[in-house]
Amino acid sequence: MSNETMKEGKERYKAGVLPYKKMGYWQPDYVPKDTDILSMFRITPQAGMDPEEVAAAVAGESSTATWTVVWTDRLTACELYRAKAYRCELVPNTGPGTKTEAQYFAYIAYDLDLFEGGSIANLTASIIGNVFGMKAVKALRLEDMRIPVAYLKTFQGPATGVIVERERLDKFGRPLLGATTKPKLGLSGRNYGRVVYEALKGGLDFVKDDENINSQPFMHWRDRFLYCMEAVNKASAATGEVKGHYLNVTAGTMEEMYKRAEFAKSLGSVIIMIDLVIGYTAIQSMALWARQNDMILHLHRAGNSTYSRQKNHGMNFRVICKWMRMAGVDHIHAGTVVGKLEGDPMMIRGFYDTLLDTHTPQQLEKGLFFEQDWASLNKCLPVASGGIHAGQMHQLLTYLGDDVVLQFGGGTIGHPQGIQAGAVANRVALEAMVLARNEGRDIWNEGPQILLDAAKWCGPLRAAIDTWKDISFNYESTDTADFVPVATGSR
Amino acid sequence: MMTNPNGIVTQGQFSFLPALTDVQITAQIKYALKHGWAIGVEYTDDAHPRNTYWEMFGNPMFDLKDAAGILLEINNCRKTFPNHYIRVTAFSSLRGVESPTMSYIVNRPKKEPGFGLVRQESDGRNIRYTIHSYATDKPEGERY
Repeated sequence: MSNETMKEGKERYKAGVLPYKKMGYWQPDYVPKDTDILSMFRITPQAGMDPEEVAAAVAGESSTATWTVVWTDRLTACELYRAKAYRCELVPNTGPGTKTEAQYFAYIAYDLDLFEGGSIANLTASIIGNVFGMKAVKALRLEDMRIPVAYLKTFQGPATGVIVERERLDKFGRPLLGATTKPKLGLSGRNYGRVVYEALKGGLDFVKDDENINSQPFMHWRDRFLYCMEAVNKASAATGEVKGHYLNVTAGTMEEMYKRAEFAKSLGSVIIMIDLVIGYTAIQSMALWARQNDMILHLHRAGNSTYSRQKNHGMNFRVICKWMRMAGVDHIHAGTVVGKLEGDPMMIRGFYDTLLDTHTPQQLEKGLFFEQDWASLNKCLPVASGGIHAGQMHQLLTYLGDDVVLQFGGGTIGHPQGIQAGAVANRVALEAMVLARNEGRDIWNEGPQILLDAAKWCGPLRAAIDTWKDISFNYESTDTADFVPVATGSR
Repeated sequence: MMTNPNGIVTQGQFSFLPALTDVQITAQIKYALKHGWAIGVEYTDDAHPRNTYWEMFGNPMFDLKDAAGILLEINNCRKTFPNHYIRVTAFSSLRGVESPTMSYIVNRPKKEPGFGLVRQESDGRNIRYTIHSYATDKPEGERY
């Protein structure tokens, strides 16, 4: 090995403590193999720590190392199993002369043999298992991963996928429309189903249980399922369209979730829902069940912001997107840009690309640090939910495109003329905007006028615009790009 | 009669808008052609939500790149089946898609009878639902 920082042979395995760099976890000359799993961490070292040593420590502790030298390494092909930190660079706009203490991007390569096929639990136990609590790092964030084709092929991927979902629903060439039933807690099954029926009959494609609707004293799960499916079928007959309600099957045990999913299937539901908090293995199991039972699987990202929002610690949501596409969900909440929840436009586009592309090039301005070939894994449909309304339709369509579920919960149920009218307003706004975009009009600038023109013949849209015209959520995002796009002129 | 806010079958991309004019349809055809999608025209007398296979008014027009020519085919179909549902579908052959990318209705029966919901009471509170097209109470070809 040409790396002069690494010790060799007898000296390397003398009992005692050796810097991680000298144990072989820092290899700046290493050229990653196509089959390597790559990770990129944002490291904030403790004061006075050598960033390369910290990068090596992260590589070591997320693969074979422990705090001291062990002779038993020599019984193994340990050079192969050691993760290699191969690149470490200062993050732009951090360190001396800036307002932010120094952070470093550390790139680490892991051999494929370190991981069990088809197991997000195993992958994550290595990559994020130990390292986030290490004393040597003040803060640590997993920014991105490159999953090799060889490893992707051991995963089922989305149970249904965007293409088949659209074919099953018979809905093409436009975003899908949804809403979350509100209030999220307290409605009886009968009252809850009323909201579902009105919204679907008015023109939405989906209504949704919220993340914390499971089986509470005010509404046990079987009542919810029975009344919701009455509403779905009645609305389908009234409109001639396939309709759905995401029945949340999240429960305390796998046995209970399977039971609820089977009941949803027996009632003819096209879609069920789970929460991220059920855990990676439970998600993979439900994805297998969904594939076997012709069911679309919606994932609500409940809990993600506990670790994805702060820029210096935790993990970026794009990594969750990658893992969840591998784990096999069909829908995942991925941000709205314009709504009430966190989201920088370029960062959100990066999440959407991660979920939808067959091949994603490296794009630093979107936070995509690695090129990623998706190896024919199905596409996962992003869901935009939280504080959006019909008056933003031109912005939503421009930012998010066609492959998205736009969820207007308050924007449907809170409509001054009722839930059906709220749904009509959203659907008319959407169709008018898609029509105009396809005609080649500049919807970013003409959007408000396009909506006002449609509102001339559509009273519910008029009322929606009047009610919410001044509502926007202009807060600064915490998760922003470290790189800005640079024009590379040929002159 | 159907009781949804529009009183019509709302399948497709543009059923909540006023019926598209030929000029508007032409613009949508051009959008599809710009993306390299082939356009097909299909008709049916049973718009049941699960009726996937409407009759093809000829194969998708893979080789016709002229919007006016495609509009002519759409209008031929309308003349032949003035009281049927007719939809225009765009097909992408791109890897990762290979599926319809647009679908919108351009012709409807004058009266749309819609669908009934048949409930079969089952064990417990379970109900088996069937959506029934009123139009199919009559034989094919005699429905409108």
